[in-house]
Amino acid sequence: MIHHNLQLAILLVATAVLASCSREDRILRQPPSANQTLNTIQISGLNPGANLIPTPPSSNMYEESAYGVSEGQKLFEAYNCVGCHAHGGGGIGPPLMDRNWIYGSEPGNIFATIMQGRPNGMPSFRNRIPEYQAWEIAAYVRSMAGLLPKGVSPNRTDQMNIKPAESSMPEQVPTGITGVPEKRK
Amino acid sequence: MNATRNLASHLLAQAQALDPGHHHMLHPAAPQAGHIEWLYWFTFWILFAVFVLMIAAVTRAGAKNRVVASSPFPITEKDEEGDRRAGWAVGAAIGITVITLFIILVLSVITGKRVEGLTSKNPVTIQITGHQWWWEVTYPNPQADQTVTTANEIHVPVGTPVVVLTNSKDVIHSFWAPNITGKRDLLPGYSSAFWFQIDQPGMYHGQCAEFCGLQHAHMGFSIIAESVDDFQVWKQQQLKAAADPSSSEAIRGREVFLTHACLMCHTIRGTDAGSRLGPDLTHVASRNMIAAETLPNTAGALAGWVIDPQRIKPGTQMSPNPLAPDDLQAVVAYLQSLH
Repeated sequence: MIHHNLQLAILLVATAVLASCSREDRILRQPPSANQTLNTIQISGLNPGANLIPTPPSSNMYEESAYGVSEGQKLFEAYNCVGCHAHGGGGIGPPLMDRNWIYGSEPGNIFATIMQGRPNGMPSFRNRIPEYQAWEIAAYVRSMAGLLPKGVSPNRTDQMNIKPAESSMPEQVPTGITGVPEKRK
Repeated sequence: MNATRNLASHLLAQAQALDPGHHHMLHPAAPQAGHIEWLYWFTFWILFAVFVLMIAAVTRAGAKNRVVASSPFPITEKDEEGDRRAGWAVGAAIGITVITLFIILVLSVITGKRVEGLTSKNPVTIQITGHQWWWEVTYPNPQADQTVTTANEIHVPVGTPVVVLTNSKDVIHSFWAPNITGKRDLLPGYSSAFWFQIDQPGMYHGQCAEFCGLQHAHMGFSIIAESVDDFQVWKQQQLKAAADPSSSEAIRGREVFLTHACLMCHTIRGTDAGSRLGPDLTHVASRNMIAAETLPNTAGALAGWVIDPQRIKPGTQMSPNPLAPDDLQAVVAYLQSLH
């Protein structure tokens, strides 16, 4: 009888544990653009006139979803970010997997960099890509620098993986003679 | 009376829509599919004979050794003669089974060889690349400006061997047109080749046959087999760059296309749009269907697809395009001008 009770207890506990296994939802149909953040992201404290520019949102919902980050990884290649930034190591553009951030490492900063462009080569993608895709790319860029928890690592794509995700690797140092700035002492 | 006639014509239309003739391995339109059909029927009739014999044997045994309710265990003494006969019968059945399976194995290998073998000096070469979830179709030529690129609709000349080079951009897909030939997997990063030849002109439907993600079921294609002359006319038309739009609405549509997200993924030769992530739209109006055989190529379907593809094919790589209504109308008018 005790034996049976033990079995029942194990079964109940296992069922309860199983119920907590859930994978985050894949957001396939994005919210309508009217609900999305405006293109205008403030990058300095200066405000011309009385027009208040909205401050960047403090969080990026796509950073909490492995699907969102892996979509960002796919778009990073599809939209040819790799052409200048390589796979994070940099080249024509600055490396993205180190700790140096010229225009800030917050999600809103990276979103603004993608949407507005930056001097010396970074083009503006405003009106070229939907805003949710820029947020997904921003999430992936932060994962390359190890700023995201390992639970949302982008190696859970539909493709095969030949190496662990960037956020699961030890800190990377860009190497080579491709115009990479010296690491600060 | 009228309602009955309406119902009858409606049912007839349904039956025609469900006509399996264009997507059925038992309606071969090519020698390869003919070989496969022959093997199918050979195996079918062997298995049918085995089925009939088995049912007959079981029925006979059941009728002969009927168990009387009062004696549930009728076997009480050893029957050596019966055991010997049963041993022979089982041995013979195993022997016949092994021989039959061996014959089917040999015929399968022979059919495979006949489907694979290619002997032609002047085939038409087509490169088919699988994408999630559409088919890129290229007619390669050493001269870049003689290369045709299209999507989801494969035109081939009748009676001419066609060599298909396969590859995949993302995951494993499988090319399967049942009326034409067997399945062929498209493996990412691995080129392979197979061939087919279509003898009867017509339009044949095909489908991805390897589960490849969310929209696997909506990854269709069609093969249009036409006369050699018609094929050449089609190819010459496809080689041209996109025609300049004539109506003011279509001109505005081109402007919208080139200033919104469209050009990040699509190519329209003759314009600045030159990305290869999505299907080549240079002659999109010449196709019968859009979205990998999911929607008819009409103004309404195009508009619905452009503005919210994630409702029609959730998970598709195309992003929603929240365009203003008149911008949307203009883009659709432009796309419909791309013959």
